[in-house]
Amino acid sequence: MIARLWQRFTANVDGPLFGVVALVVTLGLFTLYSAVNENPARLTAQLTNIAVALAAMWLVAQVPPQTLMRLAVPAYLVGLALLVAVALYGDVVNGARRWLHVGVTRFQPSEMMKIAVPLMLAWYFHKNEATLRVRDYAIAAVLLVLPTALIARQPDLGTAVLVLAAGFYVIFLAGLSWRILAGLAVAGLASMPLAWSFLHDYQRQRILTLLDPSSDPLGAGYHTIQSTIAVGSGGLAGKGWLNGTQTHLEFIPERHTDFIFAVFSEEFGLAGNAVLLALYVALIGRGLVIAARAPTLFARLTAGAISLIFFTYAFVNMGMVSGMLPVVGVPLPFVSYGGTALVTLFLGIGILMGISRHRKLVQT
Amino acid sequence: MSHGSIGRNLFTAGPRRRGSLAAGGIGEYRDPGLELYRFHLRLWAAAAIVLAAFAVLLGRFAYLQVVQHGYYSTKAEDNRISVVPVPPNRGLILDRNGVVLARNDSAYTLEVDPRRVGDLDALIDEIATVVEIQPRDRKRFRKLLDETKGADSLPIKTRLGDEEVARFAAQAFRFPAVEIKARLYRHYPFGAVGSHVLGYIGRITERDLERLEADGVAANYKGTDFIGKTGVEQSYERELHGVTGSARVEIDANGRGVRTLSSVPPVAGNALQLTLDIRLQQVAERAFGDYRGALVAIEPATGGVLAFVSKPGYDPNLFVEGIDPQSWDALNSDPDRPLNNRALTGAYPPGSTFKPFMALMALELGKRTPDFTISDPGFFSLPGQTHRYRDWKVGGHGAVNLHKSIVISCDTYYYGLANDTDIDRLHAFLSQFSFGARTGIDVKGEHTGLLPSRKWKMQRFKQRWFAGDSISVGIGQGYNLATPLQLAHATNVLANNGVVYRPHLVREVVDARSGERRAIEPEPIATLKLNPRWISLVKTAMVDVTRPGGTAARAGAGAGYTFAGKTGTAQVIAIKQTEKYDEKKIDERHRDHALFIAFAPAEAPRIALAVLVENGGHGSATAAPIARIVLDYYLLGKLPDRPPALDPTAEDEG
Repeated sequence: MIARLWQRFTANVDGPLFGVVALVVTLGLFTLYSAVNENPARLTAQLTNIAVALAAMWLVAQVPPQTLMRLAVPAYLVGLALLVAVALYGDVVNGARRWLHVGVTRFQPSEMMKIAVPLMLAWYFHKNEATLRVRDYAIAAVLLVLPTALIARQPDLGTAVLVLAAGFYVIFLAGLSWRILAGLAVAGLASMPLAWSFLHDYQRQRILTLLDPSSDPLGAGYHTIQSTIAVGSGGLAGKGWLNGTQTHLEFIPERHTDFIFAVFSEEFGLAGNAVLLALYVALIGRGLVIAARAPTLFARLTAGAISLIFFTYAFVNMGMVSGMLPVVGVPLPFVSYGGTALVTLFLGIGILMGISRHRKLVQT
Repeated sequence: MSHGSIGRNLFTAGPRRRGSLAAGGIGEYRDPGLELYRFHLRLWAAAAIVLAAFAVLLGRFAYLQVVQHGYYSTKAEDNRISVVPVPPNRGLILDRNGVVLARNDSAYTLEVDPRRVGDLDALIDEIATVVEIQPRDRKRFRKLLDETKGADSLPIKTRLGDEEVARFAAQAFRFPAVEIKARLYRHYPFGAVGSHVLGYIGRITERDLERLEADGVAANYKGTDFIGKTGVEQSYERELHGVTGSARVEIDANGRGVRTLSSVPPVAGNALQLTLDIRLQQVAERAFGDYRGALVAIEPATGGVLAFVSKPGYDPNLFVEGIDPQSWDALNSDPDRPLNNRALTGAYPPGSTFKPFMALMALELGKRTPDFTISDPGFFSLPGQTHRYRDWKVGGHGAVNLHKSIVISCDTYYYGLANDTDIDRLHAFLSQFSFGARTGIDVKGEHTGLLPSRKWKMQRFKQRWFAGDSISVGIGQGYNLATPLQLAHATNVLANNGVVYRPHLVREVVDARSGERRAIEPEPIATLKLNPRWISLVKTAMVDVTRPGGTAARAGAGAGYTFAGKTGTAQVIAIKQTEKYDEKKIDERHRDHALFIAFAPAEAPRIALAVLVENGGHGSATAAPIARIVLDYYLLGKLPDRPPALDPTAEDEG
């Protein structure tokens, strides 16, 4: 009886995907415990976040792709409306207008766009599957640029990058011609000076400090310098769990959130980094397999884009911590402390699971 | 993980590739197989990008963690470990009997890191709501800030009470740039007594730092805030300071020490035992009453300074924490000039105290025999000139030989003697007593005084020496200038029968580690070739100065020892030929300075001294009684029954 209930309960949970995520989450909890200086309260809070995120994942995993598709347009439109609302009425925290008051709590509408934008684009391509023209890609681009621009204006470069990447993956997977892609790449490079003029001073500073962190060792360069030292001093095997000096003497800022990878890398070294990278490769690979097997264009595009979002998170975060990319607010997926990011990420996992489980039902 | 399904689809879809148009999937008919094939191709491309990107990351990690590992490990260690200087405790200063004259007291201070504060005034206002900050604290803080640029910790309030410490500690979270620190403070328990000997320490200024760097000892001053500024504190800075230790401390990102990993303990500064007798010093200072002046007493057997008075003094404790501008202005604008070290830097005409040395010179150079007698009409004139060099006594002293010339202080005798002696020979002889030259005492800033010579006059005035220049030199006036220290030293050389010790304030340096004692200037530096007969003659005359008939008979009355002395008076303003000097009519500050030199017991001197009383009138009236009090205390242990009544207008002597 219990066994049958358990079977019903886990029917829609993709075993391999869940296994990999569980490993990453476990590594994350150990790292977090070290990052918060063995403060159990933070660990408990993160466990609560994980529980909430798992529940969200399980719920979404029950949703078949066609239902998800029906939700795509409303979710996108609501998200867009909320972004406009933020721009008009949002709360300013730390100089950025990102938050919207909803009753007692505040939330960031930009966060939901990380999922809503790829869903919307996947829906659009699915609807026009029969007659895809260059025009459709252009429309998709507009659908993508609109929310991205609103988020970038807040300003929230990290989220904007993630949303833009998510949408771009859909367009890419939908088959945008390589020639246009190459043209876009050239145009992108060419327009960099223009883009530079649109950046906020602090964003420019971050890029400049990336090129030469020592130019501002106590200001914008401090994060990068200290996290790079943490990574480099970790060596091959790391300093050992709970033994990172950069971590425990508080040299790494944001060490339980965006810079938690510095903690991991310092304590577990190159070996740990290789394991973590392998786990991410497994996670993304499993997602791509699900995408490959998905029954509809919508499901394929959604699954592929979500898998690649995980990649974006991981790559941008690790690149930033190891001093290769500018500092942007992107957490290390399934590791960084924080409920919002976890819920978003597990929602993505839930969607992948839903697509994976419901493929046969539709494939008839 | 497996890409098997993608691969399979790719292969199954493969053959249909050629039917498609190149771009964008634009086509008239729809081929689900082709679409899927294309999608799988894109997935492979994506997977390749993912792997390539992760490979770049892995390469970056390998570069940082393998290739650059050593570099970053060092960086992490540099972050983690801070070498903190541990300043040594400053050496104590003791008097000859072991009484502590300068020690280190521990006290709580409230210190601000000015580099971490934008608006200092606002911060101080806020601090003032917790502990009382007086306007003088603010001013002193401002002054410190100007003097020590780039300091990381400056006291806004020193010597906090326990209650203040508790009150601030409770509010400390509001003041991240303010800290309560336990500091050692130099304390001079005797206050103004001996202030000119001890000097004081003060905060290291930029100029001090430059000097320390020039001397190559700046590293030893890391963590040290104070340095000797004047007196013994300055001249024995190297001994007193000690060796700075260090501690390797693990620090966190906020610079807070987490734990000490290892340490090299500091070596405390060496203690100084002075030759000074603080009780004698107290007696001597008290003997001056309200007079300004100086007194230097030296132990003939060693050259050690027994008392070194410059009145008025000042409280050196004011300087330790940084003097507030108000007190500083008060000290500087005081017409009595308490900061002037009169004994060391005050150059005065030695007046008649010069005569015993002139007499000795006359005998040694053969210019006079003991029996040579003049008939004193009360003045001296150069042959063929009408100008009269007047004796202090109108009408003169009658028949005067060398003995009497000292006892009654006959000016006419010395006018003639000076006129008979070549100035350069005079200079050469008296230089041996350190007239016109530094004695070499172990504190800085000594005035050379002035003993004129032809060479000097040519350099100074571009003029040759005139016969008239010599006359007043004979009675210690004219160009003559001597510091009280020089007079005491010269008297000591005389008392010592020509054995010269360099005067010194420090008897021994006591090594902080071994307790080993190193004596300062224990050996005589010279022995003057003097005829014992002539010395004895001069000494006998000096003893008679304090006996009935001598100029200091009153001061010498009833002394329980043979008391050799010589009175002197130094003119502050010139008196016209026709005028009679009348003390009562002259402004107090224009009155003559009173001088007195002495040693006792005359047959085997244990103490030699010189007293100067500014505007004290005659030496016999004010200076000699002070000498008597000092000698009585030092030789007999006798304290004065009542504060001495010093009467500058009491009669006699020149």
